Amino acid sequence: MFEGFDPVILARIQFGFTVSFHFIFPSFSIGLASYLAVLEGLWLRTGKAVYLDLFNFWVKIFAVAFAMGVVSGIVMSYQFGTNWSVFSDKTGPVLGPLMAYEVLTAFFLEAGFLGVMLFGREKVGPGLHFAATCMVALGTFISAFWILSANSWMQTPTGYAVNALGQFVMKGSWLDVIFNPSFPYRLIHTVTGAYLTTALAVGGVGAWHLLRQRRAPDGASPEAARIMFSMAMWMAAIVAPIQIIAGDEHGLNTLAHQPAKIMAMEGHFQSHPKGAPLILFGLPNQTEQRVDYAVEIPKLSSLILKHDADAPLAGLDTIARDKQPPVAIVFWSFRVMVGLGMAMLGLGLWSLLARARGKLYDWPWLHRAGVLMSPAGFVAVIAGWITTEVGRQPYTVYGLLETAKSVSPLAAPAVGASLVAFVVVYFAVFGVGTWYILKLMAKGVQAHETELQDGPIRTAGTTPAPQVLAGGTAA
Amino acid sequence: MNVNPELAMIWAGLIAFAVFAYVVLDGFDLGIGILFPEFAVGEERDQAMNAIAPVWDGNETWLVLGGGGLFAAFPLAYAIVMPAFYPPIIAMLLGLVFRGVAFEFRWRDPSHRKFWDFAFTAGSATAALAQGIILGALLQGVTVAGRGYGGGWLDWLTPFSLLTGGSVVAGYALLGACWLIAKTEGQAQAHAYRLARRYGVITLVAIIAVSAATPFLSHGYAMRWLAFPGVIVTAQVPLLVTIAAFLFWRALGRQAQYAPFVLALGIFALSFVGLGISMYPFIIPPDVTIWAAAAPADSQGFMLVGAGIMLPVILGYTGWAYWVFRGKVGAGYH
Ligand code: HDD
Ligand code: HEM
Ligand code: HEM
Repeated sequence: MFEGFDPVILARIQFGFTVSFHFIFPSFSIGLASYLAVLEGLWLRTGKAVYLDLFNFWVKIFAVAFAMGVVSGIVMSYQFGTNWSVFSDKTGPVLGPLMAYEVLTAFFLEAGFLGVMLFGREKVGPGLHFAATCMVALGTFISAFWILSANSWMQTPTGYAVNALGQFVMKGSWLDVIFNPSFPYRLIHTVTGAYLTTALAVGGVGAWHLLRQRRAPDGASPEAARIMFSMAMWMAAIVAPIQIIAGDEHGLNTLAHQPAKIMAMEGHFQSHPKGAPLILFGLPNQTEQRVDYAVEIPKLSSLILKHDADAPLAGLDTIARDKQPPVAIVFWSFRVMVGLGMAMLGLGLWSLLARARGKLYDWPWLHRAGVLMSPAGFVAVIAGWITTEVGRQPYTVYGLLETAKSVSPLAAPAVGASLVAFVVVYFAVFGVGTWYILKLMAKGVQAHETELQDGPIRTAGTTPAPQVLAGGTAA
Repeated sequence: MNVNPELAMIWAGLIAFAVFAYVVLDGFDLGIGILFPEFAVGEERDQAMNAIAPVWDGNETWLVLGGGGLFAAFPLAYAIVMPAFYPPIIAMLLGLVFRGVAFEFRWRDPSHRKFWDFAFTAGSATAALAQGIILGALLQGVTVAGRGYGGGWLDWLTPFSLLTGGSVVAGYALLGACWLIAKTEGQAQAHAYRLARRYGVITLVAIIAVSAATPFLSHGYAMRWLAFPGVIVTAQVPLLVTIAAFLFWRALGRQAQYAPFVLALGIFALSFVGLGISMYPFIIPPDVTIWAAAAPADSQGFMLVGAGIMLPVILGYTGWAYWVFRGKVGAGYH
């Protein structure tokens, strides 16, 4: 099996698959960790039991998502070496330190305080417990900081020289490496993306219970459902526009540093000396170098990208064929992301209208839309990354190191076998985990979420049952 | 290229420390996973799980530091070793996936708890076996071509690497049993004493077998261990192992709570020193030295600043987290 395959393609599929799966969990846990810190803070300030119930509800989901994030992340930290060994040898001196800092400043922080956050409330008291929750949230942010810095350096490398062994080494200052040109944009856009993703998931759970409770009480706390929905809709209304503006700025930055990626996103095979159209839809045809059945708005692309309707824009005809990224993938994934971003904005505006009328909890169609949109963040985030990474092709370090020259000296059957193993195991294990999360969500927030109701179940997934029995309440 | 030999040695030491921390910390987690089928369904299993639930994630992070640190400080070594041991590394990663999610999943779904308990054991055992195989395969030497791996994709598979694989499984089981002695009481603890005895014997036999086989791997190893006058130093290692083993036995006999774990750690530490004696100054025997694989001084120096500040902080709050969960788990409330 796999003898006829290109090991580079297999390695790319494997990396894209494992990292996409990995990122689903962090994009949830980055947002959820902060949400949990907010909930716990609100509980400490107001003393209202419902906030503690909400905390105890979401912390169970967090525990499951975090465990999946950790195990899929460990796979990632070895993938560079197993499948991209030449890349590792060459970029290790520059990228390695960033990742080492991630381990030292983020992973240990998260892992060290996670145990206390999940099981330690009885043992350390509310103040220290809140501190532990904040530390976990801070850890997830620091983790995003370093890994996105590493990724951004691969997109827009600065502060480096190449030594006699062909390795990239730091030259000048580490600050030039860390704060490379695309990093600030990528960091803001990705972290707010994670917040939006979480908000929509939380709002979807609230909306689902609001809908069910219109018919009959469903055992979940109505107050908690309203709080979740309301908080989430504030997030959608405020953060979705921010995300769109950040995305626009990010695009301008990309135009400056990786023009070929923007051409692929826009579907611009031809150069437009006087105002480029915005292609809404169409079928990119890379062989013929044109977009079939294009539906376009004249000059709009120049207006967006250059803030001048008549500005010239170069197209892929200025890029050698073998240096063009795969256009169709980039074109479509970009549209999926932008389309979902617009839909999120729409949901946020709709909720503002409902709020202004005092009907936030009474419009079933708004709630249905909330349920429908609850997975949208995950899809948008993955679509965004596919745009970013496929648009960078054919390079791993943009303009400097080609993907085909980054790969490990492995035969196709070895990579093919591991790819199959990853696909099977990831779908089975993470599919089951997602199912467990959905089951918890469907049950909803119980009033007195802390108290045992059906026997010594382990409330926080991992709270030692005896400790729960001893204290009477769960941590 | 602009490598600083002292810095390179410091980083070799730090990575050795991270690997050792990983081996003993996640070692007892994985060991409990390996022993899991031995425990009675119900309370005994729940206690065993609770003994590690709050700390396993932190323990596993040392593996990320080991791997990530190697990538950063010795990129060439990382680039050679990972493809060389591709199958066992992938197996280890997949094993860790199953073991990691089992902590959560077994509580989420009581009707499939049997399956997740099995996944916990199978994942732990696979990861331990793969780690042992990687160790043996590294000791027996790796074929290098240019700046990359030059061997076939099954080179790692030899009787010696299988021997080290089995030894690590037994050693982890020993650590797991000793951790349970410290963390449980009553029935569960009595069981842990019996297991510690059994795996203590197996581990010592394994250490002897691996030590006896190592000098035959290459002439260099034999010279290092047996030639005069170095033997005066190297002979201390087996001597100390013997003493530690004797004390370990006594500690089990007098039903000590913590001493068995500490002494088992000591035996691991001595084996680790022995490993260092065999390998030094190579990071990948027989060709690549610590200095040949080292990243430039700029990179290593930059990281050393971070490690110097962060490692004490990490050790501090990790210690605190262990302190929070000190004492026996789940005792007496049922
Ligand atoms: C909830 C998630 C989400 C939403 C709604 C959007 N994005 Fe996004 N986008 C991401 C999440 C994301 C991301 C996952 O965070 C990416 C992938 C890599 C990155 O830097 O951010 C990304 C990448 C990304 C890129 C590629 C940058 C590059 O690699 O050079 C551009 C140009 C945009 N986005 C622009 C937009 C615009 C104009 C949006 C407005 C509608 C938008 N994004 C909505
Ligand atoms: C977590 C979100 C991420 C997602 C969803 C993602 C997605 C992808 C995808 C789909 C590919 C395949 C592209 C192709 O081959 O056409 C890829 C490749 C790659 N990505 Fe990412 N990526 C993410 C983050 C990162 C980060 C943070 C890094 C580095 C620090 C990184 C480094 C790479 C490398 C080295 C490759 C392999 C070479 C290549 O095919 O370009 N990725 N990624
Ligand atoms: C190729 C790129 C990546 C690698 C090598 C990688 C590596 C890892 C590793 C090893 C872990 C486990 C840490 C532990 O043991 O606690 C992890 C978890 C995590 N990663 Fe990644 N990661 C990558 C991409 C990303 C991206 C793009 C983000 C965010 C923007 C991210 C954010 C996180 C977070 C927040 C965690 C904590 C666990 C969780 O939240 O689910 N990672 N990652």
